[in-house]
Amino acid sequence: MPLLEVTDLRTYFTTDAGVARAVDGVSLQVGTGETLGIVGESGCGKTVTALSVLGLIPSPPGEIVVGSSIRFNDEELLEVKPARLREIRGNAISMIFQEPMTSLNPVLTVGHQIEEVLRLHRGLNKRDARATGVALLAEVGIPDPDQRFDAYPHQMSGGMLQRVMIAIALSCEPRLLIADEPTTALDVTIQAQILDLLVSLQRKHGMALLLITHDLGVIAEVCDRVVVMYGGQIVETGTTEEILTRPEHPYTQGLLASLPGIGDRDVRLNPIPGTVPSAVDWPDGCRFRDRCSFAWERCAESAPDLLPVDAGSSRSARCWLVDPDDSSSGLAGEPT
Amino acid sequence: MTDASLSAVLPGFPQMLKGRWGVGGMSLTVWLGLLGVLLNRWARFGAGWGGPLDHQIASLTVVAGLLGAWGWSMFDVSRPAEMERSGIGQWSLTARAFKKNRVAVIGVMVVVWIYLIALITPLIAPHDPATQASLLTARLVAPGGEFPLGTDHLSRDVFSRIMYGARISLSIGFIAVGISVTIGTLLGAVSGYLGGWVDTVVMRFVDMVISFPRLVLLIAIVALFESNSIFLIMAVLGLTQWPGTARIVRGEVLSLREREFIEAARALGFSRRRIILRHVIPNALAPVIVTATLGVGNVIVLEAGLSFLGLGLQPPTPSWGSMVSDGRGYLLDAWWISTFSGLAIVLTVVAFNLVGDGLRDALDPRLRT
Repeated sequence: MPLLEVTDLRTYFTTDAGVARAVDGVSLQVGTGETLGIVGESGCGKTVTALSVLGLIPSPPGEIVVGSSIRFNDEELLEVKPARLREIRGNAISMIFQEPMTSLNPVLTVGHQIEEVLRLHRGLNKRDARATGVALLAEVGIPDPDQRFDAYPHQMSGGMLQRVMIAIALSCEPRLLIADEPTTALDVTIQAQILDLLVSLQRKHGMALLLITHDLGVIAEVCDRVVVMYGGQIVETGTTEEILTRPEHPYTQGLLASLPGIGDRDVRLNPIPGTVPSAVDWPDGCRFRDRCSFAWERCAESAPDLLPVDAGSSRSARCWLVDPDDSSSGLAGEPT
Repeated sequence: MTDASLSAVLPGFPQMLKGRWGVGGMSLTVWLGLLGVLLNRWARFGAGWGGPLDHQIASLTVVAGLLGAWGWSMFDVSRPAEMERSGIGQWSLTARAFKKNRVAVIGVMVVVWIYLIALITPLIAPHDPATQASLLTARLVAPGGEFPLGTDHLSRDVFSRIMYGARISLSIGFIAVGISVTIGTLLGAVSGYLGGWVDTVVMRFVDMVISFPRLVLLIAIVALFESNSIFLIMAVLGLTQWPGTARIVRGEVLSLREREFIEAARALGFSRRRIILRHVIPNALAPVIVTATLGVGNVIVLEAGLSFLGLGLQPPTPSWGSMVSDGRGYLLDAWWISTFSGLAIVLTVVAFNLVGDGLRDALDPRLRT
């Protein structure tokens, strides 16, 4: 049984322009100790998926549609009482945010913020909480932790603050850590350090990691399995190696093709044409169709489900190209 | 002479020599002033301990003030010069910015001194505020001699009455603002954070309270209760002062609740109560402190207005507003009654406003360099 099992998650937002289907039928599993990456462009529903898991979707305007299911450790998170949900948050499931500079309360010392979690979820007294907090800061690689414990967020650098965020997230030894673009706001050398830290801590504590990113490099380094999202849906899943070496979905192929390589100075970048359509008004049929160079009539007529790529593997892609029964396959004809 | 021995004799003086004239001047003036009171009123100081409560408080204030000024200065000079705490919080940054504003620091000194004088009034007042010297010989006496600021139409000493009146004005200002800030901050924060119908209800209620002419409301309430105890005045002023604070706090909270650290706090499983009290309100406090300080001046003026209209405290109790009102009829013969009590109001309100303005500048990071 997987630790986290999301089934047919639909999170919709009511806006003036209509109902935005930000997450539209996402199903995924994260096993104990596993690292799952969610990758996709801005606005594809990655963050909303993560926030839905923690029950942090503001309502209104957000709403998780009936029929969705989020099971964590054999408990249906969409049905538990708010008090139970608060017990789970920060305790069994923790989350790290994208912007370390703004994710800490500016008027409290970082130590105070670590202490607060320890005292709330683990019931430690002030002295024990401080000792544990300092040990945590040391564990995430903050030099001089005893001194830094009393520092305010504005006195620390972004990389240091992200370490503090990780320390806070780990303080209650969660079984699942959700990291929402944990390295996006940091510079490249720090990114690598933070990723290394996350991976080593994950191994040490045996927790599952749900890593949200738009950076395929991060995915390559850290993840066991990858989920590629586009337009609020999963378009391809597989192991990291499979996805990176043999992408099936044109969107994944486009993502990989758009990566600049070192040494390709004279080669123009190869972006995916067009932009992500609005979540209020997804195109009929395949949502990637307008930007896809392989699209043919069938893509406009009906949207494919997640189709298995090879029989017997967990690999799947939401594209008619992988449909083995398809007689009108665009592979045979010319790409339009 | 070393700093320590200089500080033992004149606390605050070594700090003033080093350019820290604000804190240094404060402890030096407190030290010298209270020492002067102690020497001049030794008998009353001793008798104070066994006297009524306000005498006891006065004697206690003298001792505490002297010890405080001396102890702080000694502690300050004995501290190593380069001792930096590792945490420089919002408040120490604010204090640093505030100290650069000379006018505001003077405002703080005036406010502290007004409070000190109010507290030690029983020791220093030359006369009892309600005692009539002699209606035949000491009525409307001009300032000077036995009566430093003259006497009023009932031959009471104006100087003593102003000092006793300070206690009334300041405690009304302090407590009324305390009530209004508590209510305003809580309501504003809850309303801004929760939003939805709670927000609508609270804000419409605020609109309602604001739209009602305040002085008319005050007059109606005071007249309704037919008693003018100091507590009623405090409560009424406090309960009508909060809408401004509530609006300001709500505005701050509306932008705070979209900040990432509030989302992070929710992701950590904190309850709404904890988030509002421990994470939202401390971040919204800066404008609250400013409105509170400015509010004290506002409430003092309002109380004076009520007293002027005869709706303030019972007549023998000295209050600045009623003194201005008393002197109104004698302005041509005895200008000192209204003038000095009016000046007391002006001095206090201006001092509070200077502090408030200074705090506003110091708390605004955009103005900080």
